[in-house]
Amino acid sequence: MTIHIPTPLRAYTEGNESVSIIAGTVKDALASLVEAYPGLRGNLFGTDGKLRSFVNVYLNEEDIRYLNLKEDSPVSPSDELTIIPSIAGGCLSADRKLDLSSQLSAKSFIAKRRQLA
Amino acid sequence: MLRIQFRDYEALRAHGEETYPHECCGVLLGRASDGTNAVHQIVRAGNTRTDSAHNRYQISPVELIRIQRQARTASLDIVGFYHSHPDHPAQWSSTDIAEAHWLGCSYIITRIAGRPEGQGKADVTNSFLLLGTSEEDKHFAGEALEILIDEPSAPLPTEVL
Ligand SMILES: [Zn+2]
Repeated sequence: MTIHIPTPLRAYTEGNESVSIIAGTVKDALASLVEAYPGLRGNLFGTDGKLRSFVNVYLNEEDIRYLNLKEDSPVSPSDELTIIPSIAGGCLSADRKLDLSSQLSAKSFIAKRRQLA
Repeated sequence: MLRIQFRDYEALRAHGEETYPHECCGVLLGRASDGTNAVHQIVRAGNTRTDSAHNRYQISPVELIRIQRQARTASLDIVGFYHSHPDHPAQWSSTDIAEAHWLGCSYIITRIAGRPEGQGKADVTNSFLLLGTSEEDKHFAGEALEILIDEPSAPLPTEVL
């Protein structure tokens, strides 16, 4: 099967945009991929061995998280697996207190907190 | 450094004005070489964060896969992304860095300033390169924008941040 590699991870696949793997399931395919290109492991999997939360893996047009068998879903040679890290963000700061660009000054933030309390 | 055609630069700024007071987002297709991300095409994307579109953005993975396929067909790569900050500075936020995962890609941010009549006007545009080798050491660095007007052979003087 073919596995498509996103731009930032091609540094670990010798620049290849796609990699051909022989595998029976999604899990096998990902295991073979990191075996062939060990540098990918830390970028795809956390220390618990699970896929990192921001790494989306699609089997053809389906998110593997929503497949009945998830990573145990069978794959055929004509299938395509796409690894695609998420794209998100925004001007809302995760922690307003530390964000100097926030429109609320620290003082008004504290005042607002007091009102809410 | 990020190199972009003036018409693409204007188009991504106009996108932010259109979606104001919500954030806009899109993808930069092009080629990366010698530390320069050269944009050949920009692709508008929908913001899936309809619950909080004034201060958050997200591109659906399905749309991203479609855009990546489009890039492949044109022999281009995804070299970056753009989004707008309605009434917030053109600087990355803590949310932006926490949710940035495309190492080596450029993240363009445009401040859209609200007008009394309610429309938004594109203000400052900055580009930030996501550097590092992993989630643990990733960081943004301001990068120069080289804007090309019509002829690729006649670049404007590079504006260094
Ligand atoms: Zn942002």
